[in-house]
Amino acid sequence: MADVSLTKLHKSFDRTEAVCGIDLEIADNEFVVLVGPSGCGKSTTLRMIAGLEEITKGDIRIGGELVNDVPPKDRDIAMVFQNYALYPHMTVFQNMSFGLRLRKYPKKEIQRRVEDAAEVLGISELLQRRPKQLSGGQRQRVAMGRAIVRNPRVFLFDEPLSNLDAKLRQQMRIEIKRVHQHLNTTTVYVTHDQVEAMTLADRVVVMNNGLIEQVGTPGELYHQPRTHFVAGFIGSPAMNFLDCKLERNSGNLEVKLGDMLTLQVPADRGSRYEPYVGRGLVFGIRPEHVHEKRAGEDAFAEVMVNFIEPLGMETMVYFTINGVELCGRVSPEADPRPGQTISLTIDIGKMHLIESETNLVL
Amino acid sequence: MTVSGVSRDFPKPHPSIRGGAFYLWFRRRSTIAVMMCFPLLALITCLVAYPFAYSIYLSMLNKAETAFVGFGNFLFLFKRETFWLVVQQSILFALVAVIFKALIGFIAAHAVNTIPSKGQRKWRGMMLVPWVIPPALSTLGWWWLFEPTYSAFNWLLEEFAVPAVPWLSDVFWARFSVILVNVWVGAPFFLIMYLAALKSIPEELYEAASIDGASAWQKLVHVTLPMMRNIIAITILFSIIVTFANFDIVRVLTQGGPRNSTHLFSTYAFRVGIESGDIPLGAAVSLFMFPALAILAFVILRNVRQRTVSI
Amino acid sequence: MTNIVRNNGALSALLGSKTSLHTNRRWALFASYACLIVFVIFFLCPPFYMLVTSLKTNAEIANLATNPWLIEQGITTEHYTHLLTETAFLTYFKNTVIVATFVVAITMVISVLAAYALSRLSFWGSGVIATGVFLVYLVPDSLLFIPLFKIVGGLGLLNSYWVLVLVYPTLTVPFCTWIMIGYFASIPKELDEAALIDGANHMQMLLKVFIPVALPGLIAATIFAFTVSWASFLYPLAFIYSDNQMVLTVGTVTTLIKGDVFHWGGLMAGALLAAAPPVILYAFLMDYYISGLTSGATKG
Ligand SMILES: Nc1ncnc2c1ncn2[C@@H]1O[C@H](COP(=O)(O)OP(=O)(O)O)[C@@H](O)[C@H]1O
Ligand SMILES: [Mg+2]
Repeated sequence: MADVSLTKLHKSFDRTEAVCGIDLEIADNEFVVLVGPSGCGKSTTLRMIAGLEEITKGDIRIGGELVNDVPPKDRDIAMVFQNYALYPHMTVFQNMSFGLRLRKYPKKEIQRRVEDAAEVLGISELLQRRPKQLSGGQRQRVAMGRAIVRNPRVFLFDEPLSNLDAKLRQQMRIEIKRVHQHLNTTTVYVTHDQVEAMTLADRVVVMNNGLIEQVGTPGELYHQPRTHFVAGFIGSPAMNFLDCKLERNSGNLEVKLGDMLTLQVPADRGSRYEPYVGRGLVFGIRPEHVHEKRAGEDAFAEVMVNFIEPLGMETMVYFTINGVELCGRVSPEADPRPGQTISLTIDIGKMHLIESETNLVL
Repeated sequence: MTVSGVSRDFPKPHPSIRGGAFYLWFRRRSTIAVMMCFPLLALITCLVAYPFAYSIYLSMLNKAETAFVGFGNFLFLFKRETFWLVVQQSILFALVAVIFKALIGFIAAHAVNTIPSKGQRKWRGMMLVPWVIPPALSTLGWWWLFEPTYSAFNWLLEEFAVPAVPWLSDVFWARFSVILVNVWVGAPFFLIMYLAALKSIPEELYEAASIDGASAWQKLVHVTLPMMRNIIAITILFSIIVTFANFDIVRVLTQGGPRNSTHLFSTYAFRVGIESGDIPLGAAVSLFMFPALAILAFVILRNVRQRTVSI
Repeated sequence: MTNIVRNNGALSALLGSKTSLHTNRRWALFASYACLIVFVIFFLCPPFYMLVTSLKTNAEIANLATNPWLIEQGITTEHYTHLLTETAFLTYFKNTVIVATFVVAITMVISVLAAYALSRLSFWGSGVIATGVFLVYLVPDSLLFIPLFKIVGGLGLLNSYWVLVLVYPTLTVPFCTWIMIGYFASIPKELDEAALIDGANHMQMLLKVFIPVALPGLIAATIFAFTVSWASFLYPLAFIYSDNQMVLTVGTVTTLIKGDVFHWGGLMAGALLAAAPPVILYAFLMDYYISGLTSGATKG
């Protein structure tokens, strides 16, 4: 077990800078997920931790020891790859034990470790099969088993579930979580899927363009995004954004969305937003905080429904305000129809204001 | 204890040890790579590049290899009628043989690809036999088939009341025969290549063409040939090199005769260089192959490069 | 125009295109089989004729009145027994086996090492070397046999089959390296990385991961090297003249033809026996070889 610490980590390939200086402290036993759009440098970061990519600048420490120039095999880490990277010519047992055999572990010890790991992952029956004879989910388990048997200080996962179908992905997510609870090994997990990130992580690291946008627990990221990017990236469907103006009206702050719509800013945010009065800002609200007007609530707007997405438990409605397509979530009972006009309300307490120039959430 | 001893005994600061180790590791990586390539490089240098350079040197000596004669050997060859016969026959041989190999290979590949896949292996296997037998040995069989007195071909012709053919003694028929044997040996290679290319064309393209109302001929012209263009080009170019430089068939079948009419560069070089003992002249003859080979190799390389880029 | 074609299509669909498709398919099949039969006769007639001749008595071969394509006066194995007992055939065979074994071993070591370095340890100049290997592959034996004759003569290796062990790798290594590069390049990069993390060094990576995974390619390359060293004709013809150093191809072609009367039966028997090992090898491993050959070409 060990903590991992990245200091001012840089990585440039020939022309592109893939990672532009990130600092990150990963505590012992922690499950950290790096999430971000494709090409943002997540894999590169992970591979630098693994020792598969040279570090251009900066330091990586594992368990306090500087490992910049330590080859992968001496870093005491294990990695699970997206395409499993199982050795096709070896049986499951041989795949899982390859690292131990190269390190000349005694036969008995190898046997015991592989069997224990297989037990944990429920693949004891498959030990004599070859990767070709396994399903995607089983291969994924074997890849994890190969990582587990080594009992490394750090687990690294690079999009391990991307090749699986939706149902299996959910199953394996639970599996990974269970294994982590069982072994308590420090884990760094890379994914582009924010749902995966939110469900697995102790802490989520949102990356964009080679930089860390925000580090926080899933709840923090959801409720208190720090930047425009995080606000838009976390949550599905994505947060609605509208250009707005913050104005003072007889002591109260108001958000003006275009000419027609005005919203009262909750009183407890007054002091926070005070300095930005008169400035052009971006107003953000999540679809789940936009819903049909219920009895006793004020209508936010009367809108025409463009189209709907019934999901069973709820129905997403899409509508246009100020030329921007927005999304809201209504209960199926409201039974909206495309072309119909409905009244919507918003949970104004859940709103966000974003400064356009800095892209920071206020 | 000397100063240097002291400095060796004291460990360097932690990071710089790591830096040194890393530097070593990095250097080892390329050192290992060069070491692994070394046997290959040694082989190519000593047994390909050096002989080639040596061959140029040799070709500029006199027959006894005692004096430097510059381009004398080449000029001498230009004045020999036999040499021009060789040039003409080499080109004719390579082009005609390759055209027929490609045609037969293409038709056979198409035929194999058309029949039910259950029988494909069997038919393919039978047609690959010529390619599997060492050419020098199979040419021996052809030689026996062409043998003037006992020729089994002439026996068949006589059964149909056709006059016997002087297979190896007439200039035209001797040229015909060496080309025929070369086609026989080389067509299976085209069959394999084209069959693999045919099989790699996605079935959906043909289905889409069918839906668009294409006839079998239109599918061939608009789907099959464009998809195979590259492999056809590379196979033909490659085969031209191999055919142009061929030795075994002519050597066994006609030894260049009758009246030097079937000599290729290789057999002629063997005749003058090894058999008549004029090594410089032989080297000069085989060097004449080089420009043609170099041009073909250049074109192939460009083709291969383009393929990799477009894929 | 296209409209008319479409309408025709629709019409024929209405009138039962199933039967027309069916007859089309039948014609295609018929034409294909006709072509295949013609080609197979063309391709198999020389080996068939060689076999027939080798099993005939000398008297029947010499008798012009009989059908040369058939054995009418009884099968005999006298040519084969004569070949194996009274000629140097077995010596040639032994020499060829020795040469082929060494050449295959040398070739595989050189080309697997080089292919690993060229496909994975990219270093300064590796691209140039890879291109060079491809170009050397295009160099035919008939371009260099004269300088090689002088060079091996200078080394005192003339008229010894070890000279073939020395020079054959120039014919085999480039192609084998080329197809091994292709096979190694198709191994996903993650596999090396997994092995790297598992603690493998370069040699272990090569021996325990690359070679087993690229085994089909390795087999194809081995067959190629074997065939080339078995079938080569020009180098032994130029470099070797003693009976006890001779290999099969040249030995069969030159020394089995003796005197004014050709021993056709014995000659054919010799050619067939000499050709047997590669033919048998292909019969079992054809698929490996074909996939190796075509992948080498299609991977480019
Ligand atoms: N080996 C490489 N050579 C050049 N550029 C690379 C290499 N690997 C990654 N990159 C570039 O670095 C950036 C980050 O890549 P990566 O870390 O793989 O992103 P992701 O977040 O999708 O995993 C991308 O722009 C990618 O194109
Ligand atoms: Mg990635």
